[in-house]
Amino acid sequence: MDLILEGIVKAFTLIVGLDAEVVRVTMLSLAISGTATMVAVILGVTAGTWLALNRFPGREALVGLVNTAMGLPPVVVGLFVALMLWRSGPLGSLGIIYTPAAMVVAQAVLAFPIVTGITLAAIQQIPPGFRLQVLALGATRTQMVWVLVREARLLLLAAVMAGFGGAVSEIGASLMVGGNIKGQTRILTTSIVMETSRGNFDVAIALGIVLFLVAMAITVLLTRVQQRERKR
Amino acid sequence: MSGAPQIEVRDLEVRLGGATVLAIPGLEVAGGEVLALLGPNGAGKSTLIHAMALLLSPSAGTIAIAGEIPSARNITAFRRRMSVVFQDPHLFDRTVADNVAAGLRFRGVPRREVDERVAGELSRFGISHLASRSARKLSGGEAARVSLARAFVLRPEIMLMDEPFSSLDPPTRHALLADVKPMVRGTSTTTVMSTHDFSDAVSFADRIAVLRQGRIVQADLAWNVATRPADRFVARFVGVENVVEVRVAHREGDIVRIDAGGAALHARSDAEVGSHVLMCVRPESIYLTTSPDGTNGTLEARVESTTRMDHYTVIRLDCGFPLCVHVAGMTSAPPAPGSRVHARIRPDDIHLIVEEPMS
Repeated sequence: MDLILEGIVKAFTLIVGLDAEVVRVTMLSLAISGTATMVAVILGVTAGTWLALNRFPGREALVGLVNTAMGLPPVVVGLFVALMLWRSGPLGSLGIIYTPAAMVVAQAVLAFPIVTGITLAAIQQIPPGFRLQVLALGATRTQMVWVLVREARLLLLAAVMAGFGGAVSEIGASLMVGGNIKGQTRILTTSIVMETSRGNFDVAIALGIVLFLVAMAITVLLTRVQQRERKR
Repeated sequence: MSGAPQIEVRDLEVRLGGATVLAIPGLEVAGGEVLALLGPNGAGKSTLIHAMALLLSPSAGTIAIAGEIPSARNITAFRRRMSVVFQDPHLFDRTVADNVAAGLRFRGVPRREVDERVAGELSRFGISHLASRSARKLSGGEAARVSLARAFVLRPEIMLMDEPFSSLDPPTRHALLADVKPMVRGTSTTTVMSTHDFSDAVSFADRIAVLRQGRIVQADLAWNVATRPADRFVARFVGVENVVEVRVAHREGDIVRIDAGGAALHARSDAEVGSHVLMCVRPESIYLTTSPDGTNGTLEARVESTTRMDHYTVIRLDCGFPLCVHVAGMTSAPPAPGSRVHARIRPDDIHLIVEEPMS
């Protein structure tokens, strides 16, 4: 019990005192997960909308694949991305293994199916008659897609939240492709694992609280935007 | 009503799931004409409206707009010459003003002009006070007005309306019809409206096309459809409650004498003597008297029942065959059930249908 209490006290000292290492790790986490979420949202909203609006042979299998991929194990993603980015791998020439860029790729791969799946469901729940109404008003296909995305914005915000939540909280893939190098690829989740394994529970608790607060702050912010939109 | 057809449907066929849901060999709508598509649910009215709006690809046939057949490349340009009002308003999750402005914005109309036209249209439909309200917080009648304003603000060449008022209560429906009618008449907008309500169709349209199971069974001037239905189905659908099988007994020129329930009636027809035909009489075309006036075309009848409606009374008679009469007004007392009356039907109010023999 003392261990936990001491850890919590130390954690608040580190947070309130803006400990340089905690701040650096937090900022890098935010940058990597934020970028990965942005990439996943751009690609996932596009893919989800396309899947929702088009009919082609094999579509059902592809939708099934997306839904399955929403629960991809991070270590499997880490292994896959590591193999691709490994020096002798297909994308080895990019030279980004064990860099923040590789972690962005891994987290984006994890968040992409989540955003795609939620976008697909969001666009599909709009009645087909609504699409016809938009076209009947003289919209081009691009204008129609934009209207549909805007109509589904509340659910798309949920997709952003789920994507960011998945990215910022995962560890397996980031560790495998980033390597937890101090000052370069060390982020909140990898630090927590490392400090726990070293027995530095106070630092681990501090980082855990920060991770929790960061995830909560982003989610609360997006939820407020979402609920304000709903009330309009 | 003048000029080349604004809409020309040729050999149109729409198949869904292997079944043919629409087969229209030909239908033309002239510029400035108001056409009503009338039929029960599932008759193909909405499918035809969707096809005319270029919102579905027909399995066969063409739809030409002012003589041109749209292609995939220029379909948006053609759609921008039309407006479509659906039964469900499908309003965007934005303000009322944003909804009315949507089509203009898609067309890249300058912002100032958009604002002016939207304000004008909101005022015309009496919904200026709703401009900044969320479209999700409107009553059914308000939403229908927004949907109409959104369509009319585009000043289309062609206005297509797919049962736009069917989900509204009668007072709201009548009020909207009364508002919309002068708008399409005043601008000579070619208009096609689908409805399953004959009174809406006859009060709104120049011409009525009656659809049944994806086929047009009669297309004619509204009054002709009302008084000279093509077959038993159309007769029933347009409110001709009296459809009786009778025999042509005698013919002189274009006047035939028919035997109906033991009495003789006269009608204009080219039906042959001895043939069995369907006699159609609208219930409001029959006059009731308590004593015979000595004129031809009078049937002696017994009153079976009377039912007061809002603006008329329905009187059911037995004159050897059942006969339904609508008497306008509420002031006079209807004849009591069991009493004897005389029903007079003028030759011009009788329409005879020569039915094709069943194969």
